Amino acid sequence: MTTVLFVVFGGSALASALLAVTRKNPVASAIWLVGMFFGLAGVYVVLEAYFVAAVQVLVYAGAIMVLFLFVIMLLDLRSKQLDLEASPRMPILGVCAAVLFVVVSGMALMDAHDAGIFPDAAERATLVLDGSPEAIGADLFGRWLLAFEVTSLLLLGGILGAVILTKRRLT
Amino acid sequence: MQIWLDELRGDVSWLGNLPAGLVYTLGIVIACKIVLVYASLLAGETVWLERRISGRMQARIGPNRVGPQGLLQFLADGVKLLAKEDIIPATADRPVFILAPIIVFVGAFAAFAVIPFGDGIVAADMNLGLFVVLSLTSIEVVGIIMAGWASNSKWAVLGAMREVAQMISYEIPLGLSALGIVLLAGTMNLSDIARQQEGAIWNWYVFRGPFAFASFFVFFTAALAALKRAPFDLPEAESELVAGFHTEYTGFRFAVFFLAEYSAMILFSILTAVLFLGGWSPGFPVDLDSGIARWIGALILFIKTILLLSVMIWIRWSLPRFRIDRVMYLCYKVLLPISVVCVVGLAVQVLVAIEWLGLEHAVGGWLGGK
Repeated sequence: MTTVLFVVFGGSALASALLAVTRKNPVASAIWLVGMFFGLAGVYVVLEAYFVAAVQVLVYAGAIMVLFLFVIMLLDLRSKQLDLEASPRMPILGVCAAVLFVVVSGMALMDAHDAGIFPDAAERATLVLDGSPEAIGADLFGRWLLAFEVTSLLLLGGILGAVILTKRRLT
Repeated sequence: MQIWLDELRGDVSWLGNLPAGLVYTLGIVIACKIVLVYASLLAGETVWLERRISGRMQARIGPNRVGPQGLLQFLADGVKLLAKEDIIPATADRPVFILAPIIVFVGAFAAFAVIPFGDGIVAADMNLGLFVVLSLTSIEVVGIIMAGWASNSKWAVLGAMREVAQMISYEIPLGLSALGIVLLAGTMNLSDIARQQEGAIWNWYVFRGPFAFASFFVFFTAALAALKRAPFDLPEAESELVAGFHTEYTGFRFAVFFLAEYSAMILFSILTAVLFLGGWSPGFPVDLDSGIARWIGALILFIKTILLLSVMIWIRWSLPRFRIDRVMYLCYKVLLPISVVCVVGLAVQVLVAIEWLGLEHAVGGWLGGK
């Protein structure tokens, strides 16, 4: 049952992601991206990480995607869709990004393997998965507090940047 | 839900022979169907309630012909809308135009699955209940922006943009004021939150100190804005935007938007009653745990819901509409600071109750326990 659900949600997430990057109309892409986020939320549910799934829907499918659509609508990217393909640098940048992605995710997976995060069948049976908000909160504000604070500084930088970009005169 | 199904499997032999997963799945599907039908009926009757109350407030009668006191008016309206021509504008983005009302409907109705209608009367009793409600209602925004964009009409786009700006903004004070109650309750399970408020009236979370009291008003105001009810109905401002994001929708597609709007009203009324106004507690100690008494509790919650709905309607027909910049001002410069202060205040209150007063948890915290 779990495997079937995983295949359904994971497959729909992959298909939506593929459709999102291949559509020419940016709004259609954004809507497929919403579908991808829902598929991903389904995968989290299958993994019994209900809190993360709810956050996924609330933050990504709700707020962030709406802001995406907002920007696309306001900038009216529909008229500029052909310009995107014109740049000759696009394939080179794409290959660079792909190589970078493979290297980083490969290293992360190898690290995870060395750290013993992939348990074998016997270990898996005894493993207690805790995706409750209490457990996530304790980890986030205990063990990973530094990373959390650094991330919030990063976001603060983003906010300041947005303010400076939109305010023409800072007096 | 699972307990009910386990009992049922014990009692009915052929159900006991089926695999447990199948029974649970079927049980949840049936429960959700019941909730869906119930919510739709209640939404229909809320439309009637609104029309009758507005009639009274404007010194006229309102619909009173179909059924006793006009109670079946929504059926007549539904038939009328079904019979209307279904128009999709030629310049509209067809698939998105068709998909939009469905997404709005899902966003408004899915959250009913975790809403308790009484003690133990809930389709899916989840530990994350409150959080799931807030996250599912945020799906609605995606549908609305799709509807506005796909219609390819300036009224629709303007309405959708206002609506989205408003909903995204008001989600913050809404979530923060609900978070204060989560701090007090120590859980996000809506049934547990309601259960903690049983007993005397000062056990209701709205009366647990000044911060909880302020949170209640922030929550209700933010809910009104998130529901785009007057005085926050800028997205549908008839005098300037025709009908906002659903200007181009006709017939049953329009009815779906309408139903979603009213069911979201009911959803937030129940949520307010459960979070702040004691859920199914009548306000004095009484035992409502056993079989039939549960339904009395459900009736009490129902009455509270109707009262809150009436307050929403009353506000709508009393107050004039805000200007869009004032709506944003109210959110970011009034409600948001108040809700942040409330969360911090409630956190301190819980800390004091646990650390210094030695209460096991803030359940009953500040003002005595059960």
